[in-house]
Order: sequence, then structure tokens, then C-alpha cells
Amino acid sequence: MTRFSAWNVFWNGLTSQKGWSRQWRDPEPKSHYDVVVIGGGLHGLATAHYLAKNHGIRNVAVLEKGWIGGGNAGRNTTIVRSNYAQPGNREFYEDSLKLWENLSFDLNYNVMFSQRSHISLLHSPGAVDAAARNYNTMRRTGAPDAEIWSLEQLKQAVPHLNYGPNARFPIMGAALQKRAGTARHDAVVWGYARSADQMGVDIIQNCEVTSITRDAEKVTALETSRGTITTSKVGLAVAGNTSRLWAMAGLGRLPIESHKLQAFVSEPLKPLLDQVVVFGVGGAHFYISQSDKGGMVFGGDLDWYKSYAQKGNLPIVQDVSEAAMSVLPCLGRVRLLRHWSGVVDMSMDGTHFICKTPVDNLYLNAGWNYGGFKATPASGTYFADLIANDRPHPVIANHDLKRFERGLQIDERGAGPDPKLHG
Amino acid sequence: MIRIPCPFCGIRDHSEFTYGGDGSITYPALDAPLQEWHDAVFQRENICGVQTETWHHVNGCRMWILVDRDTMTHEIHAVRPAHPDLAKALESSS
Ligand SMILES: Cc1cc2nc3c(=O)[nH]c(=O)nc-3n(C[C@H](O)[C@H](O)[C@H](O)COP(=O)(O)OP(=O)(O)OC[C@H]3O[C@@H](n4cnc5c(N)ncnc54)[C@H](O)[C@@H]3O)c2cc1C
Ligand SMILES: [Zn+2]
Repeated sequence: MTRFSAWNVFWNGLTSQKGWSRQWRDPEPKSHYDVVVIGGGLHGLATAHYLAKNHGIRNVAVLEKGWIGGGNAGRNTTIVRSNYAQPGNREFYEDSLKLWENLSFDLNYNVMFSQRSHISLLHSPGAVDAAARNYNTMRRTGAPDAEIWSLEQLKQAVPHLNYGPNARFPIMGAALQKRAGTARHDAVVWGYARSADQMGVDIIQNCEVTSITRDAEKVTALETSRGTITTSKVGLAVAGNTSRLWAMAGLGRLPIESHKLQAFVSEPLKPLLDQVVVFGVGGAHFYISQSDKGGMVFGGDLDWYKSYAQKGNLPIVQDVSEAAMSVLPCLGRVRLLRHWSGVVDMSMDGTHFICKTPVDNLYLNAGWNYGGFKATPASGTYFADLIANDRPHPVIANHDLKRFERGLQIDERGAGPDPKLHG
Repeated sequence: MIRIPCPFCGIRDHSEFTYGGDGSITYPALDAPLQEWHDAVFQRENICGVQTETWHHVNGCRMWILVDRDTMTHEIHAVRPAHPDLAKALESSS
């Protein structure tokens, strides 16, 4: 496969672009692998990449029922940040952000990671205090880019927010993370796939796992739409479909519910917004950034009822539009280009699971709520480490299914055990 | 929009309701073993298909209702008051 380099781009420009090869193979599934990862989203593909790269485990398959990146990997609003404050999350997301900073080099693929900064608007003295506490925690634990901004600073940086006297929620200031930003989600999918493939991983699309055969201790085989596959270890990374696979393995219940989240993109505009801006007050939630093509990319809350359907409902379209108008009134005449929805794996405390399971050779990666894009590099790194070494790295020690039995909830929002309230 | 036939108010848009959650959960006795409470509070079947769930008709009669709804197609199969005595009273009066 041709490496991407300035020289190769130049040379192919002179030779009618004939020097490029396909990005990854399209192999037939083998009958046995050392590790099978189910789910060709970001987490599955990243896991395969790090299994090969960090642990030298290359006899690996990623099984994807549709096409890679067709799930939440290709549906998110691409926000990357590490402004988490709870122990466990703090280290994990900081690690992830550091990996993002080098990802394009690591993958030899431009994932367009743009550290344009992430601004949370603050609307009350209480919100300013809470943000100061969290952002001070960040500064003391490896994130010197955490800042609290006054209203004046914010007005200079983002002049067209609604600062008017009639704003429904007057803005008092902002919490800012400078190294945060966005990346191009498709490029991340393709970059991981290409790199994993190059190291020997088979990426098998249109291959749905339909049943899981096991004895008392181990998964023995996977039935798929492309035949039976045996494997020594299985990693589960199927996001919104986790409970269905969990049931296939005969494992009962999980602290997860599947909900749907919508996202929106407008017609392309000239440069308007140079940061990620987030608004959250009481029941309202809204986040927006501008893509490199100029489209305004934005979203809000879940559809509020449990769902496995990848289609959104209109009341949320209205909610999100209202939030847009109250934050950035200049968007009023902008036309919507597309909107869509993804099925997200909402967990009971809003935090994920990267852990062993009651079955010896089955490993779980799930519960990403709607924040799993930013987690991708760390998720893949620690999940690969778990599968390779059969024990959790200390950073993910509490990211197991048993934490609730120990009385521990890693609940950033303090929302309690109701999955739809974590976002 | 999902249209929910409220047993008290008739067919209404789902935006008049708030979603509760899994209606199949029953809470154990207060002095039940911790594991039973853990399972009731944290563990979910998360069915893809028809599940029983609670909805609150908050912008209507303000009653809690139980709805059998398909989580893939969003089709509603049955609706009844969440309070078992009200459900019985409705049945006997009809
Ligand atoms: C609208 C929206 C906006 C979001 N915005 C953000 C954001 O701004 N920032 C952020 O950090 N996160 C965001 N997220 C969350 C993030 O996208 C997800 O947490 C993350 O993509 C989930 O991991 P994944 O990519 O591996 O999942 P997916 O891409 O969903 O991958 C799972 C794959 O498993 C496959 N699969 C399922 N069942 C089977 C089977 N039986 N056999 C084989 N394959 C199977 C599916 O087809 C799918 O491709 C957002 C999510 C949504 C829906
Ligand atoms: Zn009613």
C-alpha cells in the first residue's frame, strides 16, 4: 500500500493519480482467528489497530454487519475534549486527548484533528462556581489548557452569540478547553481500518454475528452471515447493540439502555464559528461547531424514549432549533441540509465499560453514551491491552460491570441511575 | 411523532408525555438482599422488540401509564393505567 506523504501527493499529481492502491483488503473470513472483534465502528477498529501495533497480535478479524463506520462512528458531531472531573474519567480522557494529538502521524492518515477549543457557556453564578471547581481539577491533573473566561473575553472571541438584554438565558462567562476540538470521523474510521489491515488484520464487512456458541467458561464459536468462525478471544464493541449480543451469549441483563440521538448539519456557510460552543441550562442542551466544508454541525438531547431505530423524531428537531435560535440567533435563516440519528449505549452512570465478563474469553467495550468519539484512541488502547493481557490496566480498573455492586458510580452529571439523563 | 392512546384522554402526541423507563421492573422489599436491589436499580433487559414501559401524561391528565411498545418500530400494542387498582376499575366499568 502506498504511504501518504507530500512526495507521493506531488508525484501522483504528475502521473494522473495512478500510483495509489486500495486502502484495505476485502478478505474472505478465515475459519479461525486469535482474536475476533465484533463491531466495525471506531472502537472495534481502533482495538484491532492497537492489538497489532502494541501487542503484536495480528491474526485478528473485525466483523461488521454493515459497512465500517456506518454506525455511530459516522453519525457523531465529532467533538473531542477531556473536560471530565471524576476520578477514572479524568485520566482516561486525558490519555485519549494526548493520543489524538499524534493520531494522524500514528495512522499516516490525516484525521483533521482541529484543536479549535471547546467553550461551555455559563449562565448563572452557580454554573460558574461548578465550572471553576471542575476546571481547576483539570489544571491540577494534566490539563493546563483549562480556563474560565469572563464575559468580555468571550465577547471578543465569539462576538455573535446572543448577548442581548432579552436573551432567555443571559451569558455570564464561559469555561474553555483550548486543546479540545473536532476531527473528521470518517477519516478516523478509514485511518484505523487502513492501518490495522496493513498489519494483517482482516476487516470483514457485511458479516453479521447471528449467534454465539459457548460452554460454561468460553465462547467456542461465532455463527455469522458469512459462516462459522472459531476464535480464542472475542471482543465486543457494538455500541447500541450491546444488549442484543449480550443476550446471544446467554448473559442476561446489563446496566445499559439503547436510546437514540439525532444530529444536524446545515448548508455550507462562510467561516462563522471557530470553536465548539456548548449550551446547557436545566433541561436544554445544545452544541455546535462548523465543519471544514462550512456546514454548521449541531445536536442536542436524546429523543427521551428508548429506541433501536436509527431514525429521529420531530419534537427534538424543534427543541434543538429553539436552542440554536437562543444561542446563535444569526442562524435563523440558515437551511438544514440533513439530519439523522444513531443508537447509543446509555449506561446507568454515564460512564463506559471496558472489562472482562462472566465468560473467560469474552471482553466487553460498551456504555459510551453519546461521548464515545473522543474516547476512541484510549478505548482501543486499553481494550487491546485488556484482551492481550487478560487483566485490566489500572486506568480502567473501575470501568467494570461490577462497580455498582461496590457502591461506585462514575457519574459526571450527578444524574443518578437513569440512562437517558446522562449525556 | 408517536401517538399514544391515553386510557383517560384518548390519542395524544407523545410530546405531551414524559418517558419514565422500563415498566417491567418491580422493586424488592426494603430489607431484601443488596443484590436484589442492585439488580432492580441497575440491570436492564434492554429489549429490542416489544417492551413494557412507563409514560407520564404530564401535559394531560398527569396519570402514569404502562405502554407496550416496540422499541424498533415504535408501534404501540397496549396501554393501561400504571396503578393496578385504576386498571381494574377501568376494566370493570367498561
Ligand atoms: C448523533 C450522535 C452524536 C454524537 N456526538 C458525539 C460527539 O460529539 N463526541 C463524542 O465523543 N461522541 C459522540 N457520539 C458518540 C460516539 O459516536 C459513539 O460513542 C461511538 O461512535 C460508539 O463507538 P463505535 O464507533 O464503536 O460504535 P458504532 O460505530 O455504532 O459501531 C458498532 C458497530 O457494530 C456493528 N454491529 C452491531 N451488531 C452487530 C452484529 N451482530 N454483528 C456484527 N456487527 C454488528 C454495527 O453495525 C456498528 O457498525 C455521538 C453519537 C451520536 C449517535
Ligand atoms: Zn391522559
